Amino acid sequence: MAAYTLRRLGSTVVVMLLVGIFVFALLHIAPGDPAAIIAGDNATPAEIASIRQQLGLADPLSVQFVRWFWHLLHGNFGISIFSDTPVITLIGQRVPATLSLTVLTIAFAVIVAVAAGVFAAWRAGGVLDGSLMGFAALGFSTPVFVVGYFLIYFFSIRLRWLPVQGYVPLSHGLWPWLSHLILPTIALGLAYVALIARITRASMLEVLAEDYIRTARAKGASTEAILFRHALKNAGVPIVTVIGIGVALLVSGVVVTETVFNIPGIGRLAVDAITNRDYPIIQGVMVIFSGAYVIINLLVDLTYTLIDPRVRY
Amino acid sequence: MSDLAIPAGPVRRRGVSSFLAQNRRISLGGTVILLMILAAAFAPLFAGNPNSMNPMIRLEAPSAVHWFGTDSLGRDVFARTVFGGRISLAIGLSVAILAVALGILIGLPAGYYRRFDALVMRVMDGLMSIPSILLAIALVALTNGGVPIVIIAILLPEMPREVRLVRAIVLSAREQPFVEAAVAGGARTRKVLLRHILPATFAPLTVQGTYVCASAILVEAALSFLGAGVPPSIPTWGNMIASSQLYLGLAPWNIFFPGVALAVLVLAVNLLGDGLRDRLDPRLARSL
Repeated sequence: MAAYTLRRLGSTVVVMLLVGIFVFALLHIAPGDPAAIIAGDNATPAEIASIRQQLGLADPLSVQFVRWFWHLLHGNFGISIFSDTPVITLIGQRVPATLSLTVLTIAFAVIVAVAAGVFAAWRAGGVLDGSLMGFAALGFSTPVFVVGYFLIYFFSIRLRWLPVQGYVPLSHGLWPWLSHLILPTIALGLAYVALIARITRASMLEVLAEDYIRTARAKGASTEAILFRHALKNAGVPIVTVIGIGVALLVSGVVVTETVFNIPGIGRLAVDAITNRDYPIIQGVMVIFSGAYVIINLLVDLTYTLIDPRVRY
Repeated sequence: MSDLAIPAGPVRRRGVSSFLAQNRRISLGGTVILLMILAAAFAPLFAGNPNSMNPMIRLEAPSAVHWFGTDSLGRDVFARTVFGGRISLAIGLSVAILAVALGILIGLPAGYYRRFDALVMRVMDGLMSIPSILLAIALVALTNGGVPIVIIAILLPEMPREVRLVRAIVLSAREQPFVEAAVAGGARTRKVLLRHILPATFAPLTVQGTYVCASAILVEAALSFLGAGVPPSIPTWGNMIASSQLYLGLAPWNIFFPGVALAVLVLAVNLLGDGLRDRLDPRLARSL
């Protein structure tokens, strides 16, 4: 296990290094002078020269990369062109909103999807199964922003049950915070729910056909005990895997959801940076989101032994 | 892993109609896609001008003249929805074809040559961990956007899945007796790969390619919506929705129709994929 953890950590470092090389290379492969791109459209020659100095563009690319990556490891993500503030400060300000949205979405999606998948497998072939899986197919095919506007239209504009857009920090009270996040969580979570529910159902169907399930039933175990204690535990590995893989889906979705619901999060920061062509911000957000994805999948891989003691490395 | 080979299955040669009756998901998905392709191809003949503005008829509700209503500049939403399908279909299809081609081109040698494999797989891991939408935003900020940039931005994070699929098939196929026989018989590596192993990838790649197409359509729409996609002068379902968000309460049809078109197309492509998977890859069909 220790050897596996070390090997897995090693490959995570390699992947992050590759992500770094890629993000760094994008700026240098793109046509035009990197300093001019970083400086933005309205920069004076003096400003461009100062950025060229700052980036050390005269040095060989390898030296530049090592320096850039070294700064990255120390939390120095460069300085935003538009607001003249360190990128890490801007990202830091946006963390609470994005974290609130993603944590709520993962919790909502996992609970709803696992429950739906278990019940669909229990009643496989029935009406409940059919409608749940039909709903999953629809959820998997409808983009986040379409779901988002439909939800806003019905629940905020027509019924006036929930606020239309915006974000209120948790420090302003639990309900104001939660009420602003209910619709974004549903919109963002729908595709994720569909993905996890389908895998849960498939994995459960396989386990429910095993001999020990028949044994459990024969000894008189209740349906709940069979489904949740015997079957779900053994069906866990593929479910946890897809929860990790699905984070990629979630990350792209966060960018769109924050735009639809006007939530001042990290994704929104990147979208606003398009208009200003604020490349250092986009670079920073790419590194942060890719890092989150890689680390979550590392954690997912390491939890396999906790769920299923049969898994040995 | 010998069960990765594709069983031939019972051959039914009783004409197209019986095939369609036996494969409802393929026929339903295929019909919807075909209708949308036809509508997009012949759009100029029946849909009208998607870009003609008329300030006198701003935000009008759907009527006999404007089936889907009009938008905030008085443009016909029906015409824009029909023309918007062109970009979705073109980008979905090109990303799917390119992803499958690159999957074969990189995955075949990766499955056969160990050294190359280790390098390729790490690079693929790296590419997969960069969110496609952020990659596209970066590319659009660095260049000036346009259709090829959007295709590249969607393709880069999608391609690793194809490469992995082809590689997995090569890894299992090279242990099969018929490949051993070919190698023992003195066949060149290139011939072994192309003649004996490549055909095993066709069925799974067709299925996977369909899913890539669905996913590419969704990402393209999201990019257009965020303003990081094709230029705003071209109507797309994504930028139609983005430009109408302020009028959601006043003129919901501006978001409803492109939104439904998008969901129906993606659903049809996914349905086709599920049908093809059940038909071509019975090993997977059992579980999902």
